Amino acid sequence: MAYVFFGYFAGMITLTSILVVVLRNPVYSTLSLLVMFFHVAGLYITLHAEFLAAVQIIVYAGAIVVLYLFVVMLLNVNRDDRYHSQSRIAVFVSVPLSIEFLVLLSGGMGAARRDPAAMAVDAQTSDNTLTIGQALYSTYLFPFEVASLILLAAMVGAILLAKPHIGKNEDKDIPQAPGAQ
Amino acid sequence: MSVPVFYYVILSAIVFLTGIVGVLIRRNIIAILLSIELMLNATNINFVAFSDHLQVIGGQVFVFFALTVAAAEVAIGLAIIIALHRSKSTINVEEFNLLKW
Repeated sequence: MAYVFFGYFAGMITLTSILVVVLRNPVYSTLSLLVMFFHVAGLYITLHAEFLAAVQIIVYAGAIVVLYLFVVMLLNVNRDDRYHSQSRIAVFVSVPLSIEFLVLLSGGMGAARRDPAAMAVDAQTSDNTLTIGQALYSTYLFPFEVASLILLAAMVGAILLAKPHIGKNEDKDIPQAPGAQ
Repeated sequence: MSVPVFYYVILSAIVFLTGIVGVLIRRNIIAILLSIELMLNATNINFVAFSDHLQVIGGQVFVFFALTVAAAEVAIGLAIIIALHRSKSTINVEEFNLLKW
């Protein structure tokens, strides 16, 4: 039964990720990415990571994909009809990577067959969210605070980058204020 | 009877390879950002699979941080795209050669 679920999710993830790259229209690419995020969330559930599955749907499918669609429709981009002119470099990089993949395919078979390690945290029965929360607020407390700093820096940077001509606008706004004239 | 972790590694490798090819062959800068998302998700699948295999919660916590960085990266990347589109009125990466010498 586990194999059936894994096969379905893996097949859909592979198919939609290839569609993201192949489809020419950015809107269709983004929607294909949305389907992929949902299937990755399903894969997380089969791996006993229910909290991450919920976060995956909320953050990726809810926030990030909406942001992408917003920008795609805001810019009103035409579909690009050809691929990058440097696709020879792409072949040059992809061939060694594919060879590595085949090596992984042939050599890794035996290594992963051993039994799972002894259980430090019983993820099968215990509450997944509770376990993650305890780890996040004890062992990983400092990285957690740094992550909040990263989000703050990203917010400030995004506002600064997307706002047009910050210095000029401030000069212009002062004489145009209603009380000024 | 659970699926061996090796299958997850293969799936992750396929998705990561797709992302790399997407970054290299696409000319639309939004499609390049989407391919970066593919690569981040491939690593996340690997982390969760090994977290389940080794019964260590650290892998899932790391996915949490990777998600934070992905959200920050998307916000900054899309802001840069909007600023670029405003100054050059295109999002074709071959038109951007400001830093080329």
